[in-house]
Amino acid sequence: MKHENDVIARHPKDPAALLDVLRDVQALSGCVSDEAVARIASHLKLSEAEVRGAATFYHFFSLTPRGTSTVYLNDSVTSRMKGRTAVARAFEEAAGCRFGEISPDGRIGLFPTSCIGMNDQEPSAIVDGVVFTALTPEKAGAIVRGLQAGTPAAGLVERFGDGANQSELVRAMVANNIRKRGPVLFGTHEPGAAVRKAVSMAPEQVIDEIKRSGLLGRGGAGFPTGLKWEFCRREKAAEHFVVCNADEGEPGTFKDRVVLTELPRLLFEGMAVAGYAVGARRGILYLRAEYAYLRAHLEAALAALREEGLLGKRIAGSKDFDFDIVVKSGAGAYICGEESALLESAEGKRGEPRDRPPFPVSSGYLNLPTTVNNVETLATAARILAQGAAWFKAMGTVQSAGTKLLSVSGDCERPGVYEVEYGLTVAELLDMAGGANAKAVQVGGPSGNCVSPAGFGRKVCFGDLATGGSVIVFGPDRDLFEIVGNFMDFFVEESCGWCVPCRAGNVLLRKKFEKVARGQGTEGDLRDLEAWGKIVKAASRCGLGQTSPNPILTTMKNFPELYEASVRKGEDFVPEFDLAAAIQDGCTAANRQPLCKESLHE
Amino acid sequence: MSEIKFTIDGKPCVAKPGQTIVEAAKDNGIYIPVLCHYEGLKPVGSCRICTVRVAGRYMAACTQPVQEGLAVENAAPDLEDLRKALVEMIFVEGNHFCPACEKSGNCELQALGYRYRLTVPRFPYLWPGRELDAAAPLIMLERNRCIQCLRCVRAVKAKDGRKVFAAVGRGPRTTIEADRKLTAKLSEEEARKAMDICPVGAILKKETGFAVPIGRRKYDHVPIGDDVEKGAGR
Repeated sequence: MKHENDVIARHPKDPAALLDVLRDVQALSGCVSDEAVARIASHLKLSEAEVRGAATFYHFFSLTPRGTSTVYLNDSVTSRMKGRTAVARAFEEAAGCRFGEISPDGRIGLFPTSCIGMNDQEPSAIVDGVVFTALTPEKAGAIVRGLQAGTPAAGLVERFGDGANQSELVRAMVANNIRKRGPVLFGTHEPGAAVRKAVSMAPEQVIDEIKRSGLLGRGGAGFPTGLKWEFCRREKAAEHFVVCNADEGEPGTFKDRVVLTELPRLLFEGMAVAGYAVGARRGILYLRAEYAYLRAHLEAALAALREEGLLGKRIAGSKDFDFDIVVKSGAGAYICGEESALLESAEGKRGEPRDRPPFPVSSGYLNLPTTVNNVETLATAARILAQGAAWFKAMGTVQSAGTKLLSVSGDCERPGVYEVEYGLTVAELLDMAGGANAKAVQVGGPSGNCVSPAGFGRKVCFGDLATGGSVIVFGPDRDLFEIVGNFMDFFVEESCGWCVPCRAGNVLLRKKFEKVARGQGTEGDLRDLEAWGKIVKAASRCGLGQTSPNPILTTMKNFPELYEASVRKGEDFVPEFDLAAAIQDGCTAANRQPLCKESLHE
Repeated sequence: MSEIKFTIDGKPCVAKPGQTIVEAAKDNGIYIPVLCHYEGLKPVGSCRICTVRVAGRYMAACTQPVQEGLAVENAAPDLEDLRKALVEMIFVEGNHFCPACEKSGNCELQALGYRYRLTVPRFPYLWPGRELDAAAPLIMLERNRCIQCLRCVRAVKAKDGRKVFAAVGRGPRTTIEADRKLTAKLSEEEARKAMDICPVGAILKKETGFAVPIGRRKYDHVPIGDDVEKGAGR
């Protein structure tokens, strides 16, 4: 195993390199073996338990083999709606193993994974880092047979998507699906204009311009961007950092994927503007592992900007503003979209959120003042600098200025990315996307709100339906209980496990919800769901647990008839344990008939 | 340095700059129950039992620094019920059998169970399968009782700073792992410290059991929190 040693030795003897080392080892060996753990621990001066701790936190690392080739099939609700079950079966039949296993010959591993940001072209999968979209059972079988024949995954992609997806450095079958180009992100931008404008102003003026524009964080939380930059700038420290959060993990969101694919230069300009404003010399793009296929493309964009003097020393003709950007990769964890968890992960650790205060603006990356902003926020900031705050503020609503990128998927004719002005109603959006007969719309992903037709007049904006961008349309035949169940599975899977209410509470909520969904619930169970949901929201440490009960709570609120029809009215207690079913199972296992069959189904 | 004035349930309190709500409350004779916190260790807010409310917002009192004029709600009935629910969650997510546990009477979780008059939890037991790790020469890790407070992770380190205990896995599958190589080197004193710092019976020192008989242990006669609350009355 000399090769593995080489891969480890290439990295600095610094605990911060842990995730990078693990990634290389996983890629080389298909797992992080006990021997590898020992070697990594000794190289980085960590205990083996610490190495195992990080390796087991992230979805794309594994202590046990994941196969020579590994298929990660998206398990989002939209993937299921678009035929995931049949595709999964085809993968299993071709590979000769079930999901969660590797084939007997060890060549193919099949694993489910949380939303990979391809909700507009499901079912999709990542195979050895290569994204396959719009899968059918036939295509799934062909992929496995190709891999078995020794063809690398990249060689199995038959056609590339549009735009930069076709470029030499991406070569992905991913489609952009840009359905509506708005004036902010998709407006004409003169390359470099934002940075040149910024460096011609004082940093305080840049912050002021952003503040006057009314720009609120696009990741979902909506914190005023200018204020964040101001707080960060105010901190006295040896160094400040700009971190771009490119870890969009909310199921159903994929708009940052399109920005990273088509507008990377605008994004990097935004990071440079932020760097100038807060007084940073270094920026980090934290790229989710699912988008690793874009990494070379992003690196090339960075190289081009350096070439043009828009990154590096004294950029854009300034006297003394140096700024450069590095890309750091995630390894599969929804929680790393939470800014403090992202920073932990960027430092090579388990992606567990930090306690706040201190906030990242005062103690962020390496405990230095850091502004963490979403991809769309930074790209938008660049456009604001180029076009002016007044231009931006004239769009949208009073409270929510400008435009928003929405990722629309599910039961609609035109899934994809829409740049719309804030204030658009759900009904107008459905009209645009061709989802007129929707029975429900999930705005803001699982952590957001499941809106019923009675709420289709509501507006997409802060103060009404706030969203990081995920909009999933559910047609008239969809089973909402199945959808809620999938969302709760997601939160249970993606909870970091740090705090009790999120770690245990979501499991308990899911269990209680399943009882109700199975038709074994009472009115008391509904009261429990509501009360327990409130406890988890109130007591959880970060945004994940503070929103994870929403799939249950918002459907209870907006679709009460569904729950009322499901529970057994007037009954005080219905056991969760189904005696009849258990006896039936037992008898089937023992290969005999129940002794008194009638009495079981009274 | 100047004192910070704040209130807990309307009672005027003072705090030293930098103190957390839990620490300051204690100095003012008010007990805010907390499991994961341990004096001298960096607080991590993992058990959330110290959840309080300030201006309608919930926060962990063990990690939140006191600020001038803070009006902390601590003993509100709904907050006490929330805390009881968290204690119940801890009981149902693990396998806790007090009568057979070496830590009974010294266990902070058990003591909180008594404080909240816990009889039957509102939640169903999850009965997880958890492995006991008895590989180390001086200690064993009884994961059935582990509440993942991260005290051992924070407190027990090798001389070069490497962690002897670490969290592994994610979400409900998160467990604490005892490093094979480092636990093999623990001294008697370090092993004792690891056991003492554990609020429950998850880290136990081998070979010496029940040195103090049940009935004469820390919480057998003095309920948890009494030292703080009664101390204030004196």
